[in-house]
Amino acid sequence: MNASRTLATAARVLRQLRHDPRSIALMLLVPCLMLFLLRYVFDGSPGTFDSIGASLLGIFPLITMFLVTSIATLRERTSGTLERLLAMPLGKTDLIAGYALAFGLVAVLQSVLATGLAVRLLGLDVTGSPWLLLLVALLDALLGTALGLFVSAFAASEFQAVQFMPAVIFPQLLLCGLFTPRDRMAPALETISNVLPMSYAVDGMNEVLRHTDMTTAFVRDALVVAGCAVLVLGLGAATLRRRTA
Amino acid sequence: MMNYAPPGDPAESAAVIAQNLTATRAGRQVLRGMDFTVPTGRITGLLGPSGCGKTTLMRAVVGTQAEVGGTLQVLGRPAGDPALRSRIGYVTQAPSVYDDLTVRQNLDYFAAVLLPGRAHRTDRRTAVDRAVEDVDLADHADVLAGRLSGGQRSRVSLAVALLGTPELLVLDEPTVGLDPVLRRDLWDLFHRIAADRGTTLLVSSHVMDEAERCHRLLLMREGEILAEDTPEALRRRHDTATVEEAFLHLVDAANARADRTTPPAQAAPTPREEPRP
Repeated sequence: MNASRTLATAARVLRQLRHDPRSIALMLLVPCLMLFLLRYVFDGSPGTFDSIGASLLGIFPLITMFLVTSIATLRERTSGTLERLLAMPLGKTDLIAGYALAFGLVAVLQSVLATGLAVRLLGLDVTGSPWLLLLVALLDALLGTALGLFVSAFAASEFQAVQFMPAVIFPQLLLCGLFTPRDRMAPALETISNVLPMSYAVDGMNEVLRHTDMTTAFVRDALVVAGCAVLVLGLGAATLRRRTA
Repeated sequence: MMNYAPPGDPAESAAVIAQNLTATRAGRQVLRGMDFTVPTGRITGLLGPSGCGKTTLMRAVVGTQAEVGGTLQVLGRPAGDPALRSRIGYVTQAPSVYDDLTVRQNLDYFAAVLLPGRAHRTDRRTAVDRAVEDVDLADHADVLAGRLSGGQRSRVSLAVALLGTPELLVLDEPTVGLDPVLRRDLWDLFHRIAADRGTTLLVSSHVMDEAERCHRLLLMREGEILAEDTPEALRRRHDTATVEEAFLHLVDAANARADRTTPPAQAAPTPREEPRP
């Protein structure tokens, strides 16, 4: 692990992104637009907007970063630049940390915009500190980056990579407690939801929504999400092979 | 690059030494026990028909090929040794650069991987400037790589490999799809790099007229070395005007031998009685 190489990689990823302003606009504005829509869909029941809005603040960065990272690393694999980098004195962790850093930064920007809009303009009623919302959003973004990186190893084309989104994200979305509280699901589904990281992302958001201070449940949720991100990043690193057939 | 070994001993002054080198891809043996050396500071051409294993051999030398057997010494270390990563430049057949970065941004990044840290800032700038000049892309330094022509993109890929002044440069079909003028310019560059920087070059091609420009040749066919010699010696030995004719001569002889000794298509490899220099 070398800090200069990691930073150079992060700078390179951001530089690539800068040549693609449309992607930046989509990443930053779509979550805001969705929150805006949501606010007026639930115009008559502000309580529902509060809980769904807070959950979505955690889910957006996960989904966006998952998509962006899986495509970006897949491109890196198919364009031969990954092989070239791994034949150079670049550590796998330099590459992965570089990606995580670059997309983490984008995720912070996205979350600041979305959280700011929801809390300031759309009247999302959060009991706890919006900074904690931001923290969970950042952890979710890292988890999304990690999952995207991992999944890209199993996709042979960008087409397949996009198909992994419904496969990896949608089940979590259904089971994370966004649509119905997790303890009211069929027991088998509740058990499954207990091992899916997105459930903890949403739980964490809801803790901030309801409590003024940092609860132990919040700390546990944040740690689970962070732990999953690190675990999956490690798995992702294992899929980067210096020698290939 | 300094080499204090007596020039007469090929093993001492060799950048690459392969003994019984094998490689398997998807259960198929692509390299079947190859012995060869690549002399230091010279241009060695790796020639043979498409699909004969040139790329696999080059990837084995670079250390990116899995399932390699036998012994393969590169710059005095086993191939794939981490210490070799900054000493070898490798250019794949398809240009491997970031299409959504400019030429200079591409080079800046790869330079930062090779020479990280603030301390090397000026070294990096010098290396990038020189690499851009080397491949004659100074006019296009600020153009996105994706907007360049195919030939220009492959030159960007070559420029990346030149960045760290590698001791060994492995180039997989670097002139494919280039016009004659560019091909000549690139070969001039290869000779300049070998002469001025002492770099060892291993260049693959399936265009036989490029063979004449190499100091030394490895002629390959179906994962085996057919001949290893200078172009001149090959022409003389087979009494032909070009290396191409000498190569065809060798292939015909090998085919005839294979037909005689092994009636079924996939039989055990027969021992070669190839004349070795």
